[in-house]
Amino acid sequence: MMIRRTAALAALCLLNASAWAVEYNSVDTTKSTIRFIPTLMGSKTEGSFKKFSAQIRFDPEKPAQAQARAEVMVQSFDIGFDEATDEALGPNWFDVKKFPTATFVATQVTPLTKDRFELSGNLSIKGQTKPVRFPVTLTRESANAGRLDGTLTIKRLDFGLGQGQWAGTGTVSNDINVQIRLSIFNK
Amino acid sequence: MTPNTLSDNVRYTPPAIALHWLMAWIIIAVYFLGLSIDEIPVGPDRIQVVGWHKWLGVTIAFLWGFRVLWRASHRPPADPADSPAWQNNAAHLVHIALYVLMIAIPVSGWLMSSAKGYTTNFFGLFDLPNLLEKDKPLGHTLKEVHEVLANLLMALVGLHIAAALKHQLINKDNLLARMRPARKSRS
Repeated sequence: MMIRRTAALAALCLLNASAWAVEYNSVDTTKSTIRFIPTLMGSKTEGSFKKFSAQIRFDPEKPAQAQARAEVMVQSFDIGFDEATDEALGPNWFDVKKFPTATFVATQVTPLTKDRFELSGNLSIKGQTKPVRFPVTLTRESANAGRLDGTLTIKRLDFGLGQGQWAGTGTVSNDINVQIRLSIFNK
Repeated sequence: MTPNTLSDNVRYTPPAIALHWLMAWIIIAVYFLGLSIDEIPVGPDRIQVVGWHKWLGVTIAFLWGFRVLWRASHRPPADPADSPAWQNNAAHLVHIALYVLMIAIPVSGWLMSSAKGYTTNFFGLFDLPNLLEKDKPLGHTLKEVHEVLANLLMALVGLHIAAALKHQLINKDNLLARMRPARKSRS
């Protein structure tokens, strides 16, 4: 009786797991966003990168084997106000002519709970690479598609963002909030 | 006709006088800060001016709330009896318009910032929610509305000052004393 119940429970677990056992191996960039949120005199505004590519291999059951990489076309940055976007792409900020891409390469994924993971990786912006670590949340939208949401705060001066007249942090804060949403699926 | 001497009971109450002059000076400052924004190239200076303009605008909105509550619960001095009715009516109309504009302008600025994708905060202490989704054409329209209302307010302020000076210099009825900040008691 006991054995049968345990077996039934195990089978149920297995069934349940197999229903969700999916390895996400593709990113739908049209439904994904990378947003930069600086704080200007206490006010928040948002810029986003319209063009980027991302590769992923992520089985939530085997996070240790996960791989992820993203390459962002810095030129696609848009903060919604042309003169500000031009300034952001100029030499004091992203210096897009010299540094056309920014990259992120995941180095480790550790499970926090069933659908929350800690993502560690190396972020390279403007030729500077810094290790970052932040939580991501998986939302399972269907049997083979889901969404990863992560938020991290970077120090803009770590990457040389905001030189010259922008170097002070009284007007534009050093902290920049980065919000990432990846629409992922199994192809 | 001998000039009236105004006793304390025909003066505005001290909080009404304080709110009048405090808001008057802030409104003049915020107007000229606002006028200068488009003259300053994109950079930290511009962000600072925008920041102060918005902080002072939020301050006006809060003071407006106190002032309206105070005005609703405290009767102002009676109209000058020597003035023709049309002048007293015109004065009341201008006062109503000033009250409406003193709140419509900060709210239109808040809406404009929202549509342009910038939050509004109060001296970095707290952030107000954005009331609208980011919408460039709407942001542009709201900027025009904000500017037209601000110019209208300044025109009415000019009329208000001219009328006060007319009472003081032509009618010589010392109407200004009703709104003069209290001196130390001499009796």
